Amino acid sequence: MTYVRELIPPRAPPALAVRSLAPARVAGIGVLLLWAALAIALVFMMINGWDQDKFQRYGPRYLHGLWTTISLVGLSVILGAILSAPIAFARMARNKVLNGIAYAYVYVFRSTPLLAQLFLIYYGLGSFRPELEAVGLWWFFREAWYCGLFSLTLNTAAYQAEILRGAIESVPRGQHEGAAALGLSKRNAFRKVILPQALIVALRPYGNEIVLLIKGSAVVAIVTVYDLMGETRYAFSRTFDYQTYLWAAIFYLAIVEALRHLWAFIEARLTRHLKR
Amino acid sequence: MSGFFSALLSALDPLCGPVGLFSLFGSGNLVACGEAGWGDEIAFGVKVTITLAIATLPVGLVIGFLIALAAQSEDKLLRLAAGIYTTIFRGLPELLTLFIVYYGMQILIQAVLASFGYEGRVEINAFFAGMAALAVVFSSYSSEVLLSAFRAIPRGQYEAGDSLGLHRSRTMVLVILPQLIRIALPGLTNLWLILLKDTSYVSVIGLADILRQTGIAARVSKEAFFFYGIACLLYLILAMISSFGLGFIERWARRSEGRR
Repeated sequence: MTYVRELIPPRAPPALAVRSLAPARVAGIGVLLLWAALAIALVFMMINGWDQDKFQRYGPRYLHGLWTTISLVGLSVILGAILSAPIAFARMARNKVLNGIAYAYVYVFRSTPLLAQLFLIYYGLGSFRPELEAVGLWWFFREAWYCGLFSLTLNTAAYQAEILRGAIESVPRGQHEGAAALGLSKRNAFRKVILPQALIVALRPYGNEIVLLIKGSAVVAIVTVYDLMGETRYAFSRTFDYQTYLWAAIFYLAIVEALRHLWAFIEARLTRHLKR
Repeated sequence: MSGFFSALLSALDPLCGPVGLFSLFGSGNLVACGEAGWGDEIAFGVKVTITLAIATLPVGLVIGFLIALAAQSEDKLLRLAAGIYTTIFRGLPELLTLFIVYYGMQILIQAVLASFGYEGRVEINAFFAGMAALAVVFSSYSSEVLLSAFRAIPRGQYEAGDSLGLHRSRTMVLVILPQLIRIALPGLTNLWLILLKDTSYVSVIGLADILRQTGIAARVSKEAFFFYGIACLLYLILAMISSFGLGFIERWARRSEGRR
């Protein structure tokens, strides 16, 4: 019978392979240095080109533009949400005609550029002035702001309808059956069982859609609405100062990042019962 | 011989050819081709739009792939650098990116030339500026798609490549990329459709794409609704053709997975 008489004494671990400068690290440092150089250049440019006069003249205009952008996007998101509900239900309907109409609406608005839709509404419908005046809608289509709101609403309604439909259809069939087995009416089952689960699924896509709409809303500047982008273009056309665009970039990045973090917080808060 | 080919091409021209879209309306109206109408100008716009989108795609894909590689690297600094890129260009409106690239490049080139002693005005090509801006935007979105595709590929695939004695780059090309493309294709399809729509922004900096050409036609002929309607219709047709073609590619990519 053999057995171990002596324990093997502990040995030092093998030496770590030291690779102080892997290619990835070199690339990382290089790109970060590039970013830092760009940031420093921007800050330098802003300090160097600082002009109290310009700031006083265009600063309030920028804030006004910011408010225009936010109100435009906020209103169109809400109106689009209202409009998207019937479209989503039509899209889920068994009726072929209804389904076809909703599908065509969504397809057309999702596969043409927002800019073309805006031109079609502002310049296109604007050319029917006598007819619109006869119906009494000319005040609406005369204003670029209303046209921008209208086209953003129509556009986001198509996207939101798809989000809503996808979310409602993602609720498993068993939930419908469970609600029916409990004797809930269809209406109550939808309101109390299906919709809450669907909206949680839809939360993230809704956030993405709002971000996309904030970015898309910049196009209304082209039809002379003075939103953030419009004020930027105005300031640039007056001063030919490249900084105007950088300020706009800072504003847009701030809005989008703030919204993104807010949305992440809301989502974490609302889905805390799903975490294990 | 070349005469034959050009004749064949003009016969198959989908917009202004004998069986083209605009010829169906007949001659002598607003969208007739040639001197009478705006058909050939708009056809040129369609060509510009398609060229721009197709020229942007490979550039954007390659940059996006590199960004995705950086974003999943083990090095913290590289991940940070990639994160900054995607955060900035996903947060900026496409229109603003376009202006920043367009005017920024002009200022940059002017400054560089001024340091060499050249004091002229520099105008950069709108096509090139549009391509650069769209490629930047496209790459930041495609890097996200590719990154999630990278994450869907199990680690064992890399280890299998190593154990077969393949070099890192060979593993990437032979083992990872074929799976990556298959996983990322639906996401990239969406991005292509978005790119096609985003090309409309370059009309703002003066590139003669669909929207600009129809806009000119609308202003001159005072038939704004008709011409912008045609612009929307053309974008719709382009989207339909591409979703048809991409569906074909997707089926081709999935041919090994068998029928479902």
